[in-house]
Amino acid sequence: MTESPTPSANDIVKEVEVSGLRLAYGGKEVLHGISFDVYRNEILAVIGPAQSGKTSMLRCLNRTIDFTASASVSGSVKVGGEDVRKMSDVFALRRRIGMVAPLPTGLPLSIYDNVAFAPRCSGVTRKADLEPVVEKCLRQAALWDEVKDRLDSLGTALSGGQQQRLTIARALSHRPEILCLDEFSIAIDPVTTMRIEDVLKELREEITIILVTNLTQQARRLSDRTMFLLEGEIVEIDATDVIYSGDAKSEKTRDYVNGVFG
Amino acid sequence: MAGRFAKTPHVARKEIAESIARGIFGLMSAAMILPLVLIVGYLVVRAWPVLSWEFLLDVPKRGMTDGGIWPAFVGTLYLVGISLLVSTPIGVLAAIYLNEYAKDNWFNRLVNLAVINLAGVPSIVHALFGLGAFVYAARFGYSILSASLTLAIMTLPVIIASTREALASVPMAFREACWNVGATRWQTVRAVVLPNSISGILTGVILQVSRAAGETAPVMFTGAVFFKAVERGDLFPYGLTDQCMALSMHLYTLATQVPNVKEALPYATAVVLLGSVLLVNATAIFVRIWLRNRKKW
Repeated sequence: MTESPTPSANDIVKEVEVSGLRLAYGGKEVLHGISFDVYRNEILAVIGPAQSGKTSMLRCLNRTIDFTASASVSGSVKVGGEDVRKMSDVFALRRRIGMVAPLPTGLPLSIYDNVAFAPRCSGVTRKADLEPVVEKCLRQAALWDEVKDRLDSLGTALSGGQQQRLTIARALSHRPEILCLDEFSIAIDPVTTMRIEDVLKELREEITIILVTNLTQQARRLSDRTMFLLEGEIVEIDATDVIYSGDAKSEKTRDYVNGVFG
Repeated sequence: MAGRFAKTPHVARKEIAESIARGIFGLMSAAMILPLVLIVGYLVVRAWPVLSWEFLLDVPKRGMTDGGIWPAFVGTLYLVGISLLVSTPIGVLAAIYLNEYAKDNWFNRLVNLAVINLAGVPSIVHALFGLGAFVYAARFGYSILSASLTLAIMTLPVIIASTREALASVPMAFREACWNVGATRWQTVRAVVLPNSISGILTGVILQVSRAAGETAPVMFTGAVFFKAVERGDLFPYGLTDQCMALSMHLYTLATQVPNVKEALPYATAVVLLGSVLLVNATAIFVRIWLRNRKKW
């Protein structure tokens, strides 16, 4: 967009723009008008204790919040400059955003079909088109070497750590521009967690990542910027270095990242 | 240290209470077998003199006082088959809508209420409804069609309820995983929900076979008759608009309406009815086991 020769704030492309987002379940408001941007090819960590609205916020991005009848959303969420609630093809929106849930969820299908499911849903059915996608995604998720000889065995029969990587492969299978991970490591062992973190470091070259996590140290290891969400409001959003350096503006943020509360 | 794990009086009392409880609960469970064994045993002993393949394949003779039950047996096959052919697709598709698509609004709450209450309507009321709606209003007359549709309406709510239960047993996380990658509800249902609930759905449907086969009033009011001349062993004796004989009605007739019936005949009829129903239930159990072994999580 800009002609500026040197990298500067002008080069930043806003992949996601959230402004004045309010969300209520029934009469109970859980997001109180939050505004933030996610820049292209950054890793934005979202930290905060349980019940802060982190997961609900993610569900507003890909509009799976629509499945909750009692939810009412106001404010705007833009993905790639387009308001998600004005998009006519919500399924295309969801394919632009990869979503990884906290608990590893292999679908009760073969490993191959788990990864091929999303492309098939969008109309890709030829084997010659599907096979490279399946292999690429499984490689990206660091699972290929372990499962390449048994692609037709059940995804649900894999170990928890493998299933979580399968979930990531599935989330990548529809070539998303944004990858959202919602506390991906709470059900898996530290070794697998480190492997997935390595995967994320590689993926950041080509994708924008929103990393919701309860582990403040994980956020510190991986992210460029960190957002601290508390009880449905953004306490602070800044460069991760700043948040963790003790120079955070809010005392709450400093206490939280130091483990004093939360 | 020896005394540390020794029984205290308190523990001894608990153990006695535990074994009394186990004994009583176990005895009550075992008692459930007794009525079944007695019923089946009594029927088979009384029916023994006439029980044979010949009895099944032959037609009633000498004013229903002798011979077999073939017309009634085939009639029941027709009635049950056609009624389930109607109620299964409607029931299963309606259940998929209610469980997978329906939002929680007044209309769908009304549908739910209707399903629950329809399941509680006594069969004699269904019979009267079938008489009014199908025999007279729709002008289907006293026929297999009217009787089957009446049975279909009777089995429909139960099929909807059991199908919904089977669908609801598929974990929500699977659906959310599908939605997250941009699958429509239908793609989700087809790829994940149906393959993993089909055993429960089938079981629910098959259990309605026995219910439809056993009901007397609905078919008596709408299409089953006292006697119908049929060739011995003929598999296709009836047309849709014909009246037919049915096992349940035949049993009622033999037991209460016909004088000088050979003593074993009603019992043998009951054995065939019960035997068919138990056979179908056994099939349901095997199908369930077979499909459950293929379950994927």
